[in-house]
Amino acid sequence: MTQPLSYLKESPSQTAGPYVHIGCTPNFTGIEIYGGDLGTSMKTGPVKGTEITVTGAVFDGMGSVLKDAMIEVWQADAAGLYPSPKETRGVADPNFTGWGRSPGDMETGEFHFETVKPGQVPWPDGRLQAPHITAWVVARGINIGLHTRIYFEDEAEANAVDPILTRIEHQSRVTTLLARKIGDRAYRFDIHLQGPDETVFFDI
Amino acid sequence: MSNGYHVRDRGWQPPGLYPPYKTTIKRSPHAALLSFPTSISEETGPAFGHNILGKLDNDLILNYARPGEEAIGPRIMVHGKVLDENGRGVPGALVEVWQANAGGRYRHKKESYLAALDPNFGGCGRVITDADGHYEFRTIHPGAYPWPNGMNDWRPAHIHFSIFGEAFAQRLITQMYFEGDPLIWRCPILGAVSNPEAIKTLIAPLDMNRTVPMDALAYKFDIVLRGARQSFFENRQEGV
Ligand SMILES: [Fe+3]
Repeated sequence: MTQPLSYLKESPSQTAGPYVHIGCTPNFTGIEIYGGDLGTSMKTGPVKGTEITVTGAVFDGMGSVLKDAMIEVWQADAAGLYPSPKETRGVADPNFTGWGRSPGDMETGEFHFETVKPGQVPWPDGRLQAPHITAWVVARGINIGLHTRIYFEDEAEANAVDPILTRIEHQSRVTTLLARKIGDRAYRFDIHLQGPDETVFFDI
Repeated sequence: MSNGYHVRDRGWQPPGLYPPYKTTIKRSPHAALLSFPTSISEETGPAFGHNILGKLDNDLILNYARPGEEAIGPRIMVHGKVLDENGRGVPGALVEVWQANAGGRYRHKKESYLAALDPNFGGCGRVITDADGHYEFRTIHPGAYPWPNGMNDWRPAHIHFSIFGEAFAQRLITQMYFEGDPLIWRCPILGAVSNPEAIKTLIAPLDMNRTVPMDALAYKFDIVLRGARQSFFENRQEGV
């Protein structure tokens, strides 16, 4: 016999279900409370850097758009600093929250973020990662939230040496993590849960 | 910076695909998840100050009720601690909850269950953990409800929880169930959690020590988020 390792076990995840919006974006569902929904805006004032929009939708294995998903994003500011108490490399843009939450449009299921193009942040070994936004998807039928990243197709040089993008075994799947440029400062990022275009999801 | 987070135990967590919960069939990824060491992008996360909270945010009996009125149903307190896998309380964690009313009905456009809406119950609340990781809210005991899956599937009474710890890697959504509910062991959503010991960690016991006499019963629900990995190097830095 040995001493037991006294770590606790992470609480099991459970699906967010069809009514996640009641809890996380109640005003969106018509429950007027809290003075507004958290994560609706990622800016609290004028922000530094290039302001961009990221729009997309989540598709199931039949190619249908999910209308009950919730997407959250988390990213560094234009200088590559996180607006987090754990950021030790400098002070992030005070007018940028870095965090957004979108319930998706009631009719089209489209999520939409008005944000800034993130700067580069370091990998643990000091190399710079390509600009990216961390994304998390929950919905009815998703037992445990899915982590992925939104990179940008117009950052080819940085993408080519990114520690994660270069780690993907089937390089043809890298494109599933690239937001397409659809206009001046506008990007499109669709998330496919299954199928030939299945998005690369992470076990982080 | 930490050295990443304890690796998620995917055998303890529900798999993406669990056919008895039919919606998972077309919504679970087929490819293996890509593993990599966490970086600052996953080890940081947004912080929410107590200043965002209104006085009634953690009181679901009153936070949607008309002045002078209250939500209908058995009154309960729900309290507990948000911990990490190292056993440390997580201060400043945002806990958002949502639930059906006492009759099992959600306040939602897409909800079609015939149980009546309670005009005084919105069904959502939120709270931020204190310096020790504790949280508490007041609500009504939610009702069980039927849902379209198998021919006759019913959800056990439950409260949905969304939790933000210190890092995006800890992000978690789960559900709390109530001690003694016979529907728990018949539920295809809970059934996705294969280990009965894991299921038990989602069942809140009745806590008579925390009841409000002549007013409300109490249930205790602790939530565990992933723990940060420690290293000798990091400890030494902190000790300097
Ligand atoms: Fe529910």
